[in-house]
Amino acid sequence: MLIKLPPMFKPSEITDPKLYFNRREFMAGAAAFALWPRGTQAAAPPPGQPLKAVRNEAFSIKDQVTKFESATTYNNFYEFGTDKEDPANLAHTLRPRPWTVQVDGLVAKPKTYDVDELLKLFPFEERVYPLRCVEGWSMVIPWIGFPLASFLKRVEPTDQAKFVEFTTLLDPEQFPAQKPSLFGLSGIEWPYIEGLRLDEAMHPLTLLTFGMYGQVLPNQNGAPARVVVPWKYGFKSAKSIVRIRLVSKEPMTTWEKAAPNEYGFYSNVNPEVDHPRWSQATERRIGEFMRRKTLKFNGFADQVASLYTGMDLRKYY
Amino acid sequence: MLTTENRLLSPRPRRVTGQNRLVLKSIVWILCLLPLVVLAYRAATGNLTANPISFLTNWLGQWTFRLLLTTLALTPLRVLLGTSWQLSLRRLLGLFTLFYACLHFSVWILVDHFFNWDQMVLDIVKRRYITVGMLALALLVPLAVTSTKGMVKRLGGVNWRRLHRLVYVIGMLAALHFLWLAKKGRTDQYLYAAILAMLLGIRVLDAVRRILRRRQLAHAAGTSALVRGSS
Repeated sequence: MLIKLPPMFKPSEITDPKLYFNRREFMAGAAAFALWPRGTQAAAPPPGQPLKAVRNEAFSIKDQVTKFESATTYNNFYEFGTDKEDPANLAHTLRPRPWTVQVDGLVAKPKTYDVDELLKLFPFEERVYPLRCVEGWSMVIPWIGFPLASFLKRVEPTDQAKFVEFTTLLDPEQFPAQKPSLFGLSGIEWPYIEGLRLDEAMHPLTLLTFGMYGQVLPNQNGAPARVVVPWKYGFKSAKSIVRIRLVSKEPMTTWEKAAPNEYGFYSNVNPEVDHPRWSQATERRIGEFMRRKTLKFNGFADQVASLYTGMDLRKYY
Repeated sequence: MLTTENRLLSPRPRRVTGQNRLVLKSIVWILCLLPLVVLAYRAATGNLTANPISFLTNWLGQWTFRLLLTTLALTPLRVLLGTSWQLSLRRLLGLFTLFYACLHFSVWILVDHFFNWDQMVLDIVKRRYITVGMLALALLVPLAVTSTKGMVKRLGGVNWRRLHRLVYVIGMLAALHFLWLAKKGRTDQYLYAAILAMLLGIRVLDAVRRILRRRQLAHAAGTSALVRGSS
């Protein structure tokens, strides 16, 4: 009795013998790929051009400064990639000169500044600030720059100006991770946009920054010009800025757009308001073993809490 | 035809014999320990990044998931290539998965939070990625306990197989764990989820094919019986 059955496999399902006989090589290759340490040994950059500045003790914290090597090899700068070591490894792709910063919007004196002109406008000062990442780690960094307020006053914001919008360079040649991701899965739109309320931008703590550790900003730390807003989570401090625009409406920032329930416009460091997926009560200071308690406004409550009187900080996170 | 048939339908893999088996297992042992060797090397050369605890947690978590996916790939490999030697590795790879999961968990509990129980309990309850991660780890334990030959016998093949289907749930929990913890901008969590979906998909397709086949066989047998009966 003959029972006719359809074949178990279609010919197209059978692995090509060539591939099949090479399967061990394939596995070996795959294993080597998987085991290869990604971002092999990110090394600190060679000493950059020195930048002289007198430390402003009144605006500096006394905590121990993070090692330069740590501050330059462990970075979040998604334009280079999402791994902490990507920015250090790919830093050479960014060209911080020639560079211009366009200042426009609601200002009496719009102008496009060459960065070398910009950094000579006001005397530099060094300020040791804590940097608290929204991910739950922190560093202590000696920044060099001048108050953003000095510069903003110079360009004369009009009465309608209520917010400041910062734009980071858009150039996939210099920022490899700005190339479109597979199926747009990364969920982040470039260029990177950040923003501050005008009074936050004008606050004496807010620093327009060109250097750190006594030298010009390394590329992975946001060369050639960035802002540092020490009482907010790190991502609020826009890096490699090409445009500063004064506007009347609250800018839609990159992280707000990517995940509105997780990253608000304000993003003030606040141990009482958790990230939806993790606690913000503690942080790990890079170089320390035990977690430490996170301070409200990153320790600057005395200076900045008054900016937010009457505001529900759970609502305006 | 017949041999393929047997291989596909028999629940037991063909035995890999004596020496081959020893060589195969040794290779797998070495491969499974390699991530720890690389880790030790990186530690010795001071290359655990500026945030070693976070690096350690991620490294161990990633290798746990990779081992889990490898374990789950063995049966689909049989479906695709028809080979069955790899099935004898399921237990070893499964146990290594648990081993890495325990290391991953230990770093979180011992180093990251340093026995800060209140914070950890809060995390487990409040953070859904931690909840599913803990659940996946907990579900791995009964599978490891019942992985011995003695336990297979005691439970009986059918029950044992039913219990060990939990590994699919564990896979999905692990994928959720990664999807929920990853920040926007990252993409590798989708790759892991896609590979898991593919591995489970192959099983589903294979199961459907088998059911259809069994029906066909039954149908064919029925018709032939009918033909015989009428003649």
